[in-house]
Amino acid sequence: MFDFLEGYNVLEAFWTTVQLTVLSAVGSLIWGTLLAGMRVSPVPLMRGFGTAYVNIVRNIPLTVIIVFTSLGLADIFGVTLGSRDFDVQGFRLAVLGLIAYTAAFVCEAIRSGINTVPLGQAEAARAIGLSFSQTLRLIILPQAFRSVIGPLANVLIALTKNTTVAAAIGVAEAALLMKEMIENEAQVLLIAAVFAFGFVVLTLPTGLFFGWLSKRLAVKR
Amino acid sequence: MSSVLYDTPGPRAKQRNVLFSVVFFALLAVLVWFVWKTMDDEGQLEWALWKPFTEEQAWTTYLLPGLSNTLKAAALAMVIALPLGAVFGIARLSDHRWVRGPAATVVEFFRAIPVLLLMLFANEFYDRWTNVTSEQRPFYAVVTGLVLYNASVLAEVVRAGILALPKGQSEAAKAIGLRKGQTMTSILLPQAVTVMLPAIVSQLVVIVKDTALGGVMLQFPELLSERATLAANYANVIPSFIVVAAIFIVVNFILTSFASWLEGRLRRSKRSTGAVLGAEDVEELNAAEVGGTYGTGAGGTI
Repeated sequence: MFDFLEGYNVLEAFWTTVQLTVLSAVGSLIWGTLLAGMRVSPVPLMRGFGTAYVNIVRNIPLTVIIVFTSLGLADIFGVTLGSRDFDVQGFRLAVLGLIAYTAAFVCEAIRSGINTVPLGQAEAARAIGLSFSQTLRLIILPQAFRSVIGPLANVLIALTKNTTVAAAIGVAEAALLMKEMIENEAQVLLIAAVFAFGFVVLTLPTGLFFGWLSKRLAVKR
Repeated sequence: MSSVLYDTPGPRAKQRNVLFSVVFFALLAVLVWFVWKTMDDEGQLEWALWKPFTEEQAWTTYLLPGLSNTLKAAALAMVIALPLGAVFGIARLSDHRWVRGPAATVVEFFRAIPVLLLMLFANEFYDRWTNVTSEQRPFYAVVTGLVLYNASVLAEVVRAGILALPKGQSEAAKAIGLRKGQTMTSILLPQAVTVMLPAIVSQLVVIVKDTALGGVMLQFPELLSERATLAANYANVIPSFIVVAAIFIVVNFILTSFASWLEGRLRRSKRSTGAVLGAEDVEELNAAEVGGTYGTGAGGTI
């Protein structure tokens, strides 16, 4: 029944999907936190940059960004990210595009988390003489992160699904393999079911784990 | 300027802020200079490449038909997905487990799958089992994929919208002797529609953005794939990307602004219950947090 799987490496394609997800998740968490820091900072120029970045990037389709990394960044600007090999380069460009896009959503999630921290926390921190960066690093962000685990998990799940867009620049991940298989094999429904099942397997445990974690780490007030 | 996180700056803080501003400005300037110089070196700044966008032809042959296809697909997907989503959203609130269960399974399943997979499958499905012409097929496939995904997201919007209404509404309906169906159709749904409006408009942004996927993967002639044709004709890769991105930003910005205007209006309005589903709720629903922790109290947004 499943002999159509022969000749195709479905697991390897999903492994690429997982790699795309993990690398982009780590990158966008860092870049998104920095952006959130800029958006609440006392320096007007940084605030402006953060706001502009988020509003611009959120309104551009991810597909446009991913295709641009390949046709624009790589071909015109010569950003090869340290590899001449087409496959490796495509993978890295896709990660870069996913980070740029997802960071805007991470930033907004963290910023809304910052708003959930009670006023008194920041006021107390300022009262004992902590600077802006100390207040943010030691008092606000640790509490904010714990309250945004839920929203960040949502971003992570959306990111897992968004990695399929990397197929647009030929990264050999799950969606591209599905496109190839579905065009060449007879069992269209079964193939679609296998890939759908794969994504359910990737997103379901993520949702359950982070749901559990956000309850466990919720700041008791 | 002060906020909760920092005091109004004193002399030293002012100095430091100026220093940060200067450093940050320098970094940005270096970045802009690099971009500018590379574009100059690659000849992407030449007026010949930008000129087409000031003339009628590029717009009437490529950009406007592309934009119209994007908007057509998005609007059609929304129009079909909305009633479908309403049916599933209401089914999820049913008192009968045999209605609630399957509806929940279908909704969670389609929400957990990338929309690209749905488009690819729909494309192949139409190819093999229907006689949709190969010209029309990408459009059908894109709309089908968008409908399947967004109907499940809208089902959650409808469910959340109904749950966001104050309990007193359904209790009062019960008290005057309305049946379950009557309560739903004449009390809860009409109010839920207003509650959901901002969320529905925000979802349109997601749909518009997702049409671009059909352009690249299925050759649906929407804005992004029209850009490729345009760039092949005028050899203006970077300018065409900038213009297309700007069009997307303008369209989505209008939709987002409209949604937040609606949200503010509904929140302030004295005649409604004050319950409203905003853009942030939509972001949450799009992610498909399986077994969702989603729940709104009366008038509460997360």
